[in-house]
Amino acid sequence: MLLGPALLVSAVLFALGVAGVLLRRNAIVIFMCVELMLNAVNLTFVALAQRLGVAGQVFVFFVMAVAAAEAAVGLAIILAIYRHRQTLNLQNINLLKG
Amino acid sequence: MNLDLSSYADLMTALAPELVLTAAGLGVLLLVAWRHRTVADLRAAGAATLAGLGAAAVTTWWLWWNGAHAVGIPAMIAADDFRFVSDWLLLGTAALTVLVSFHYLEREHLLAPEYYVLVLFATLGMMLMAGGEDLIVVFLGLELMSVCVYVLAGINRHSAPAAEAALKYFLLGAFASGFLLYGIALVYGATATTNLTLIGVQIRTLSLQSNAMLLIGLGLLLVGFGFKVAAVPFHMWAPDVYDGSPTPVTGYMATAVKAAAFAALFRVLGEAFGSVPAWQHVVWWLAIATMVGGNLIALAQRTVKRMLAYSSIAHAGYLLVAVATGTSLGAAAFLFYLVAYTLMTLAAFALHVLIDDLAGLAQQRPWLAFALAICMLSLLGFPVTAGFIGKWYILVAATAAHEPALATVLVLTSVVSAGYYLPVIMAMYMKPEPFAQAHVGMQLGRLGGAVVALSVAGLLFFGVRPNRLLDLARTSAAALMPPPAAAPGVAAPGPTIPGH
Repeated sequence: MLLGPALLVSAVLFALGVAGVLLRRNAIVIFMCVELMLNAVNLTFVALAQRLGVAGQVFVFFVMAVAAAEAAVGLAIILAIYRHRQTLNLQNINLLKG
Repeated sequence: MNLDLSSYADLMTALAPELVLTAAGLGVLLLVAWRHRTVADLRAAGAATLAGLGAAAVTTWWLWWNGAHAVGIPAMIAADDFRFVSDWLLLGTAALTVLVSFHYLEREHLLAPEYYVLVLFATLGMMLMAGGEDLIVVFLGLELMSVCVYVLAGINRHSAPAAEAALKYFLLGAFASGFLLYGIALVYGATATTNLTLIGVQIRTLSLQSNAMLLIGLGLLLVGFGFKVAAVPFHMWAPDVYDGSPTPVTGYMATAVKAAAFAALFRVLGEAFGSVPAWQHVVWWLAIATMVGGNLIALAQRTVKRMLAYSSIAHAGYLLVAVATGTSLGAAAFLFYLVAYTLMTLAAFALHVLIDDLAGLAQQRPWLAFALAICMLSLLGFPVTAGFIGKWYILVAATAAHEPALATVLVLTSVVSAGYYLPVIMAMYMKPEPFAQAHVGMQLGRLGGAVVALSVAGLLFFGVRPNRLLDLARTSAAALMPPPAAAPGVAAPGPTIPGH
């Protein structure tokens, strides 16, 4: 029931997230796009759980926990870089080059 | 020892190394919550970490010695020799990293004993990754490892390059996790399970070899793993991150993180997708691109640390050759090369901690120069070192799997790599010192010296007498991929690559 449309929507969301990561230059926005990718995957799991049983819904909780842990560490790192450089634009964060 | 993983007692036994390491990690976390102010506290945390890693290694040895293997219905964790051998490798790498870090943390005034806790939990994640029998366990292990290593990369809060390295590693790592996770979701959608063995069974019984959802999922999985092992074209984060991170952490990332990702990749492809020939084409191209790209860009590097970063990318290419063969011979060569690669790369990074200027090192510090020269020769694949034997076995595996193109590219790119490994040796032995007494102040510390001595001794030992290690690699590879003679039906079909 509605499996196809749900999978399509999550694929579109995932593609939007990927496009955002590749096109945007602000660290926070990139991080939000990564979160969008993870939530697209959550939607896929929930949609598949309709047909394949409850395991898919359990995976969503794991993914949410992982995303929360990543957000905690990621925001701390973003804060650290802001303290050093006073910018979050990745084009200006270029000490390391080769 | 037969372990029925559906019973709790046996499951706990199979998970014993991970449980010991978890207990050690929590114990050290508690310790550093109280004691985190002086250098003595830092040393105490390091010693406790080493004890925890040792206890986990002994537990792994105990399981291996009793011949533990899983029977009954497939579970979420594997109990086979491949897991035990990769656990040893990961624990050993972590221990060597901790030993190198003692001196480094004190020298850089990094009074952060959490460093050791993070190493412990990252190692735990790696062990779960390498032993995970279920895609979700692999994913959770990968995330546990990654989150800890993001913090380790930026542990020096006073360094702007370290913060930048941590940011780049974090953004690219989280991006890669997204791909991996979507791949897992699609594979789950196509096969209705995330257990690796059951995925393999489902693919064979339902003939899903050309199912679109499964193939897209597999492709996304490969992209995710490609980021983690820094295969070309997913390598662009690696040089910057390796350059900016604290050097012991760089050594840890270049060896243990990569080894864990490769072990998981090998297990996933071998157990779940053994009957899908499509991945061999993809890995074939990845291997070629990584070998050529990594070696050519390494030639253009000015600093030793960036050169080592690109060299580790090139070595990921050699390891991908072993993966692409998809045979048990390839798996054995893969494990052997992983051990050799870990020893030489860790020793090279440990030496890099203190060497600022290579010129004329040999006159003042002949042993340091000798050790670094052995590392470079082994990375190059010079005879009498473990690097040579490892490359030799990968070549044998590639030719046995009828992959002459891969073997040729491997040999040619190894020749190219002489162009950046040999200048290091030339600078040490043939150039004069930049000024008198230039290399007097270098102190590796007693423990760091022991690590380097041990690694170099290991490289030379396995270069001359590889048999014991190779036997171990062969038996543990057989646990993952039955040798073709024993099970002809399971042997991977010789992939036919269009266009060559």
